[in-house]
Amino acid sequence: MATTRILEWLGRCYIVLLLGFLYLPIIIMALMSFNASPFYQLPLEWTTDWYASLWQNDQLIAATWNSIEIAVITTVIATVLGSAASLALYRCDFPGKKVLQALLFPPIAIPWLITGTAMLIFFFGIGIGRGLVAILLGHVALALPYVLVVVSARLQTFAPELEEAARSLGANQWQVTNRVTLPWIMPGVIAGGLFAFAVSFDQFVVSYFLSTPGQTTLPVEIYAAIRKGFTPEINAVSTIIIVVSMALMLLTARFFKFGGEK
Amino acid sequence: MADQHAIGSRRGLKPALPLLLPAYLWLTVAIFLPLSAMVFFSFMTDLPLAGREWAFTLDNYAAFFSQSLYLTLLLASLRLGLEVTLWCVVIGYPAAYVLAKVLKGRSREAIFLLVILPFWSNGLVRIFSWAMVLREGGILDTALNAVLPFKINIDLMYSYPAVIIGLVHSYVPYMVLTCYLTLQAIDDSLIEAGRSLGASRRQVLWRVIIPLSMPGLIAGAALIFVPVVGSFMEPRILGGRTGTFYGTVIEDQFVAVFNWPLGAALSFILLAVVLVILAVASPMLKRAA
Repeated sequence: MATTRILEWLGRCYIVLLLGFLYLPIIIMALMSFNASPFYQLPLEWTTDWYASLWQNDQLIAATWNSIEIAVITTVIATVLGSAASLALYRCDFPGKKVLQALLFPPIAIPWLITGTAMLIFFFGIGIGRGLVAILLGHVALALPYVLVVVSARLQTFAPELEEAARSLGANQWQVTNRVTLPWIMPGVIAGGLFAFAVSFDQFVVSYFLSTPGQTTLPVEIYAAIRKGFTPEINAVSTIIIVVSMALMLLTARFFKFGGEK
Repeated sequence: MADQHAIGSRRGLKPALPLLLPAYLWLTVAIFLPLSAMVFFSFMTDLPLAGREWAFTLDNYAAFFSQSLYLTLLLASLRLGLEVTLWCVVIGYPAAYVLAKVLKGRSREAIFLLVILPFWSNGLVRIFSWAMVLREGGILDTALNAVLPFKINIDLMYSYPAVIIGLVHSYVPYMVLTCYLTLQAIDDSLIEAGRSLGASRRQVLWRVIIPLSMPGLIAGAALIFVPVVGSFMEPRILGGRTGTFYGTVIEDQFVAVFNWPLGAALSFILLAVVLVILAVASPMLKRAA
């Protein structure tokens, strides 16, 4: 049918437009980070000076290291605790299990502004105060539900008979987990870990309320710089961040299908 | 979630406890206790820190109801959330439809990934990237003036539309994702059956496709509306002076004015609003999951 063809063609064009809307600002920002004019004047004169001057900016570099450290530690803790909890939720039945599963949604669904300010008040009240420890505590809590959801999704594809079989062949609980269950859910665990890294590395709101001068993360430092005024240096560091986080998500997509099967 | 197939091979909480406890203890310390503490603090005159005087009070809530500013800003934030959600439906739903029903195979997979990829990159940086586009003498300005025969000045930066554009850009992938999941699950033969029984394309769309994908629409709307109502960084960067919303006022209480109890009360009121919205949407959310 001719009309069907035309409609499908229009649909494809629409998707291209949407992709343009989604990627245009990012591409422009990336281009401007290579523009010699600090006032973003066109035509573009190629330079890598702004990237070079990033290396001189000790504050940004310190914040970057903090971000990476916190993201790595968050990944390790959230992946281990989250995988363990999802195994327990999968294997065991007990009253209140549904409640425990429902409790995973508040950290995802409540705006970070509320969670962040609540953490600030509580951590101040119990004496932890602000700083990297507080940020780490917060990041792990935000990442945990993602790990649990992703690993649980992978466990759905696991046949419990495999555990039964291993057990009846004489394997003890540790061997069953280690040799049968873990290897099967590994793609889910890796995807969960990558999610945790991304949640922490990109987190701004919660870090913002929990940071102090000197103990901040990269996004908080960038926010402060943006509010002082635009500089091409921010473009450069933003471009690096966006490339890193997109690369991370592409890697995650190899282990976890976002659109379900098929 | 895990409950459909879980053949609880073992009964009881005991074997599960050592595996569950660390994760839930962490969530308690870093999420649930802080939220309870916030409620508690919102009824205080000052923070009970080293030697400061404090007492229980309802003043912080009285401030919300007696000064029309807070209510006005909350309404402004709710309106912002509504507008952004509507734009996301208008822009995202057709895209989800094309992805689910027109594109096939590898190109569908690749484009789907491309659409949701920005969503998982840094939100702050993406909002900032719009500043390059929207400012006077920015790309949009230069490009339009190069094409159009007459001179126009595009300076959307620091305006309400700029905030809307930035937020829609941030959240539209959510709508595409949730609608795609429900649209993909609609059996093509239902659509064909409708057509062969004489329904027009429009009738099929309104009577078959949209009702069946409603859970995805509702889920997407809730997932967009809630964070937008609590947004503060986006209005600050793109809205400038016009970017004062409920979220920015809460931010101010914590980082500029240092009236934490008032900030806690304002946060808790926002939380209550959010919970009501989620409660209304949750039956739909469950069906979509």
